[in-house]
Amino acid sequence: MKYSYFPGCSLERNASAYHVSAMAIAEPLGMEFVEVEDWNCCGATEYVSLNLIASYALIARNLAQAAKETSTKQLVAPCSACYLNLKKCNAYMEESPSLEEKINLALAAGGLSYKGGTLKVRHLLDVIVNDVGYEAIAAKVTKPLKGLRVAPYYGCMIVRPKLGKNGTFDNPEYPTTLDKLLKVLGATVIDFPLKAHCCGGHMTQISESTGFELIRRLIKGATDYKADLIVTLCPMCQLNLDAFQGAMNAHFNTTYHMPVLYFTQMIGLAFGMDAASLGIGTELVDARPALEKIGVEVPEAEIVVKKPPKEALPMPSMPEEK
Amino acid sequence: MSKEKIGVYICHCGSNIAGTVDVAEVSRWAGEALKDRGVVVSRDYKFMCSSLGQELIQKDIKEQGLTRVVVAACSPHLHEQTFRNACKEGGLNPYLCELVSIREQCSWIHPDKAVGTEKAKAIVSGGVEKVIWDEPLEPLRVPINPVTLVVGGGIAGIQAALEVANAGYPVIMVEREPSIGGHMAQFDKTFPTLDCSACILTPRMVEVGSHPNVKLFSYAEVTNVSGYVGNFQVTIKQKARSVNTDLCTGCGICQEKCPKKVIDPVFEAGLGYRKAVYTPFPQAVPKYPVIDRENCTYFLKGTCRACEKFCPTGAIDFTQEDEYFTFDVGQIILATGWDLFDARRIPQYGYGRLANVFTSLEFERLTNAAGPTGGKVVLRDGVTVPKSVAIVHCVGSRDQNYNPYCSAICCMQSLKFAHLVHERTGAEVYNFYLEMRTPAKGYEEFYQRVLEEGTHFIRGKVAEITDAARYPGEEGKLIVQAENTLIGKQMRVPVDMVILSAALEPRRDFKEVARLFGISCSEEGWLIERHPKLDPVATMTEGIYIAGCAQGPKDIPASVAQGAAAAARVIGKIQQKQITMEPIRASIDQEKCSGCRICNNMCPFNAITFIEDRMVSEVNPALCQGCGTCVAACPAGAISGTVFSDQAILAQLDGLLLNNLKTLDLTPA
Repeated sequence: MKYSYFPGCSLERNASAYHVSAMAIAEPLGMEFVEVEDWNCCGATEYVSLNLIASYALIARNLAQAAKETSTKQLVAPCSACYLNLKKCNAYMEESPSLEEKINLALAAGGLSYKGGTLKVRHLLDVIVNDVGYEAIAAKVTKPLKGLRVAPYYGCMIVRPKLGKNGTFDNPEYPTTLDKLLKVLGATVIDFPLKAHCCGGHMTQISESTGFELIRRLIKGATDYKADLIVTLCPMCQLNLDAFQGAMNAHFNTTYHMPVLYFTQMIGLAFGMDAASLGIGTELVDARPALEKIGVEVPEAEIVVKKPPKEALPMPSMPEEK
Repeated sequence: MSKEKIGVYICHCGSNIAGTVDVAEVSRWAGEALKDRGVVVSRDYKFMCSSLGQELIQKDIKEQGLTRVVVAACSPHLHEQTFRNACKEGGLNPYLCELVSIREQCSWIHPDKAVGTEKAKAIVSGGVEKVIWDEPLEPLRVPINPVTLVVGGGIAGIQAALEVANAGYPVIMVEREPSIGGHMAQFDKTFPTLDCSACILTPRMVEVGSHPNVKLFSYAEVTNVSGYVGNFQVTIKQKARSVNTDLCTGCGICQEKCPKKVIDPVFEAGLGYRKAVYTPFPQAVPKYPVIDRENCTYFLKGTCRACEKFCPTGAIDFTQEDEYFTFDVGQIILATGWDLFDARRIPQYGYGRLANVFTSLEFERLTNAAGPTGGKVVLRDGVTVPKSVAIVHCVGSRDQNYNPYCSAICCMQSLKFAHLVHERTGAEVYNFYLEMRTPAKGYEEFYQRVLEEGTHFIRGKVAEITDAARYPGEEGKLIVQAENTLIGKQMRVPVDMVILSAALEPRRDFKEVARLFGISCSEEGWLIERHPKLDPVATMTEGIYIAGCAQGPKDIPASVAQGAAAAARVIGKIQQKQITMEPIRASIDQEKCSGCRICNNMCPFNAITFIEDRMVSEVNPALCQGCGTCVAACPAGAISGTVFSDQAILAQLDGLLLNNLKTLDLTPA
């Protein structure tokens, strides 16, 4: 199956492991991804609330670019925020001719146009479980994740809100597709009651204590359920739970250690792929103790310190911190 | 130029019609423009249906010698009979009166008076053209069979059956389960008086079971219905009980000795067990058990036969087969009841995942003295008494995602639960409600009583029920998260047990039931009454009545009232001894009939037979209901319906269109 692919900004930076692992499993799953040419920011979670038309025009530009690809009408986004924005814009343009008209006025300035509903916007998890299917995935498993207790974590954006005629691909209140996928990979999947709760989004930047509390609930929940790690499908969730786990621990004076990996990495591991080739080792909360349980060896991440070239000028000295 | 003398009467219907139709103008116009069509008198009057209005018509018939009457008023559904009777009293054959609707199809939908007036003229003109073709007819009379079929042996069906039987008429009752009693038999207490459900129900059940006028089929279903009011033929499938009821004494030894224990998903709501040979409960009517062949060891593996060995009268009969019986019945009452909403459809409430989340029916069994715990309120482990209990209202009702309607009984049922939890355990009780609805006699008082008992009432829809502890004190508990909308704050209430007051839903097989009996059901699946206010137990199919929750969610008093009401309608019909039927019938022109037989299978009443030697089809007027299906289906146009002949319909269209086309301008001013 061939798909247009919209990586979004996080997959180029903080979530590069997600991108690398998605590309690594594409071939064995029989998927071909064509990256949307000259894509731009999806507007993330904030822009829509500031300026509706401008933010939809921003998103629609990506749809218009993707629609240029004639060999497929399916647009896949691995990031939940990108997925929701693209899907919303696509559905609203189809429902509302007046919105479609305004957006197309903006697109025309760049010589583009888009008709709502032309593309089918889908999340990476959706195409893997529904197009490839559990059986085909099971057939490729060579190293089942036996003995690994995982907490499947969906976050809020992948299944909510119900949009368009077909709604969502999973239950909006209590999704189960990732649970089933991880079971197929051989892992012990806990029935994680917080699976669709909020990770905090950008709250760490707005109100630190609120953000930390939201992160704490999830990490505590997974720890209470004796999970070895959390498996997620959203770069935002991964960032919050992984990168802010240390700060959260400091804030509450706790000592949680809960690694957070992407589901694409888990598929790769079950397919017998090399951990490093799946971007494992780039996470901040060390996943090695958890992965040792299933006999996966992760090489010590090499810290490469780039030596400045000889010609380089000296850096200015910074005032010392108190 | 018609030879008929036609009278035209335009009704104001207060301002219902006169508000958007210039009735005086329509009346004036009809008197002048339709004079050459035979209109000799044209009047408008404030309320044609009043006795003064009717007298107006009768006077004109006598004094002016009218031979045809057209009344332009409301829908024929409402007053066709009124005006036909008025004509009959005035000495004119009632079928020479035409009622055309200028209300539902005209004044109520056109806000523009000029448009409404013009359209009313067209409708009147159509009526005049049609009435010319009308023929004097005599209504048909057929005898009515006094036997009544009652489908469903819950409290509504029981009430209906007893009323009819006590009036001295025979009743056949069909119940799908091994015993009658319905959902009411599962309850321990009934709101608001808290009387024991079994104590008030079982005497009625026994009365049905032993009544000389009632023939009871339990563990049976209706599989076929044909005929029409007064003369239905029904086929009943008696599922094989594997027990010879002539020999069985109902001693219960077979149940005691049967080694196979299975979960009872019906009567015990999945919370208790029964044997493979069983009666659902000790007071079952009839007392004879059935063998559940899907679970019986003998039927699965060919050995065991313990029940047979121990039965003192040799009543066990493994060779029994399903039997089919056919009966002639005059009328049918459907009291097929309801099914409980599947709470697993709301996964965030945890039913099926979290052990101590219960449904309302499970809790009814839990509190029942004859239930799986002997009436002890305990957690799923069977021993622990809960110290705190949350009761969630409106689970699957009043929710756009599931059922938009209110299930009517849940508020009172939840209050009853709160009281029972207090009484049996002394636990803290939290009721999460959207609005409290306690509108019937004694209900509000019961609410007060439960308030005074110290139940906590929290107004807000529960967001989720989880076992994921967030704060100290929540460990090992179920946490109910909801916004208390009275104080505008989120609440997390840790409890030991949660009861979901799940919605009442139509029976899962409502579509088959509606098709079998030829009646209609709403989008959700409730059977539809003839009129929601004025005719709540009749259906659009003559001779078929509905009662109880099959018609919509309702409590026990309302179900009983409907059962009695349906019975009263049935008894009233029986006492007329014969039924007057509309003389609207189809007839086949033998000259035109090509013998293609297309109409033969179309007829829903099997009224058309093919005459082999003449190679033509013929309508049996005693069976024909005048539905018109064959008339529309006949490719040769050989079939015509009295009152609705092709000529009459075309003439009406001419009247509607041609006569007025020059004056008719439907573009709003």
